[in-house]
Amino acid sequence: MRFVKTSGGTAKKPRQRAQFNLRGRMLLVGGAMALGAMALVARAVDLQLVDNAFYQKKADARFLREVPIPTSRGMITDRNGEPLAVSSPVESLWANPQELANDPDAIARLAKATDLPGDYLANYVAQRKDKEFMYVPRHRRVNPAVAQKVLALKIPGVFSQREFRRFYPQGEAVAHVLGFTNVDDQGQEGVELAFDDWLSGTPGAQKVIRDRHGRIVEHVDLVRPAEAGKDLVLSIDRRIQFLAYRELKRTLLETGASSGSVVILDVATGEVLAMANLPSYNNNRVSGSNRDAYRNRAVTDLLEPGSTMKPLTVAAALEKGVITPTTRFDTSPGWIANGKYRTSDFRNYGLLDTTGIITKSSNVGVSKIVKLLPDREFDAFLRRLGYGSSTGSGFPGEAAGLFPPPSNWSGTTKQTLSYGYGISVTPLQMARAYAAIGNGGRAVTPTFVKGGHSGESQQVLDPKVAAQVMQMMQTVTEPGGTATRAAILGYHVAGKTGTARKSAGGGYARRYIAFFAGLVPVDRPRFAVTVVVNDPDTSAGGSTYGGGFISAPLFARVMEGALRLMDVPPDDIETWLAAQAAEEAKKARAVRATAPATAVATTQAGAAQ
Amino acid sequence: MTRIVLAVLIIATVISAIGVVHARHQHRELYVQITRLERARDELNIEFGRLQLEQATWAESNRIDQVARTKLGMKFPAAGEIVVVRP
Repeated sequence: MRFVKTSGGTAKKPRQRAQFNLRGRMLLVGGAMALGAMALVARAVDLQLVDNAFYQKKADARFLREVPIPTSRGMITDRNGEPLAVSSPVESLWANPQELANDPDAIARLAKATDLPGDYLANYVAQRKDKEFMYVPRHRRVNPAVAQKVLALKIPGVFSQREFRRFYPQGEAVAHVLGFTNVDDQGQEGVELAFDDWLSGTPGAQKVIRDRHGRIVEHVDLVRPAEAGKDLVLSIDRRIQFLAYRELKRTLLETGASSGSVVILDVATGEVLAMANLPSYNNNRVSGSNRDAYRNRAVTDLLEPGSTMKPLTVAAALEKGVITPTTRFDTSPGWIANGKYRTSDFRNYGLLDTTGIITKSSNVGVSKIVKLLPDREFDAFLRRLGYGSSTGSGFPGEAAGLFPPPSNWSGTTKQTLSYGYGISVTPLQMARAYAAIGNGGRAVTPTFVKGGHSGESQQVLDPKVAAQVMQMMQTVTEPGGTATRAAILGYHVAGKTGTARKSAGGGYARRYIAFFAGLVPVDRPRFAVTVVVNDPDTSAGGSTYGGGFISAPLFARVMEGALRLMDVPPDDIETWLAAQAAEEAKKARAVRATAPATAVATTQAGAAQ
Repeated sequence: MTRIVLAVLIIATVISAIGVVHARHQHRELYVQITRLERARDELNIEFGRLQLEQATWAESNRIDQVARTKLGMKFPAAGEIVVVRP
């Protein structure tokens, strides 16, 4: 403000000094200052006391932030503590487009650092210039080292946030059991989904003071602590799982089959030791393309069990007391009428006892046996063994199977049921039913968690009958049976083959499913196994597509390894010793003959094993 | 008498006020310390997880199988090569 000289100035008419009132002036100034001070105090009171809460909130809102504390998902390990799924930190690069949009130089540097085309990134930023947050394209969940390199350039407006990613070191061998998680670390399939609540932690929250650039200046307070996810120990044994997967893969390659499953249960506890399926996928890198491979066929697929049903039919009849293991049945002429259809055997087996019917897998034989059983009892027996209802394993998407009640049976249903048609079960249900036979007739709910066995078991079958059926199934893998290829040196094996025709368009196609369900060792069964090989190549003809030819050797190869890995003592040392003696005799002959050709052949045969 | 009581109360109030400030300050300092330690712990946990993952990747069954067969020339013993010791 400029000083303007007025016309009525002091120069014209000087006042007298006596009129100067010092006291009055002092009072005036003092009063004015006091008023001013009062005003300040009043304002201070207003700010500090009256409206305090309002202003504090406004101030806090400007720099105090509640930020989440990230937490990691629990680890999944196999029964021996080997990690199957591990969460590891990764960095997600993000940028503030508002800050970046006006800085072409920063965009260019970012493009160079991230290997993105410059104009693409500029476009991407421009589209989001009214937002405050964007992920840098293709740099979400990257290796921390990559993020560090970009951050080291200190490009303004580019930050990184820590996230966790799931890694599955075993890849596709265990993919179906484990499943996978989505971008937000939530379980989507398999165990990851079934135990999502257990595995996922609760992110915590803390209050921090942030500066203008969003950097954390001070940690003020903890709102709630982060709770890390709990670890989960599965019942799976990584080594057996791998063995099952490898052998299944080999079998599928050799037979040209389209898919397959192997389920291995611990007979006493119901723990799933291995569950392998093909086709499989890599759950480290899940893409939406082949959803078909994501399916855990061992629990979701419904299959007609074919001849693997026969031991159950026989067990039902034995328990009812209508037959004994030595009851004789005439299966000539190799077929029997079923309504207007025919039930045929592979060939005419003539006179067979109950054991022989299982050994030779005679359809005519079981058809005759089931005729002695009332519908209701046969139905109730199969349901007690778990057919027609979910096993209760808790695996997501588990199928209950298709099993019509007796009221819906037609005149031919019971007979077709007796050899495994007109009913659909999952491989896991099948393994569970066989485990019940091997467990002295006690059914145990399968579980995927080590020690998840509730301790409860249901007596679904008379222990004496269970033992008789085991004896009969043992003949299947002995000379004369349908699954001599399932024999394991040093162990007695009980099992049953199955070759089911695939239903297609209302009838049955000339395409097959090769089954083998087995228990080993017979004396004190440890493993219950189901092998399913779907749609093998039938061009070789004969029985080369059957369960005894395809699934039984797969069973033997997997079990040989599993028995060794789990330290199961052999229950049949005699044949082992005999085999050893034969081998030594052969060696001795070879040495005596000193024919190098034989020796070479022997070593080569050994190497090929 | 009342004056003395009043004075004592005022002094007590002032002391407790300073005490509150001090406690608050200490709380912040300790909180900063605990977050630092927690972060260090988390880093170690993460490092441990990473190492476990790395170990598991090296120990992947398929890899072991391949290495044992091709590099080390190992094989599974045939039935005749196993000696059964009679108990």
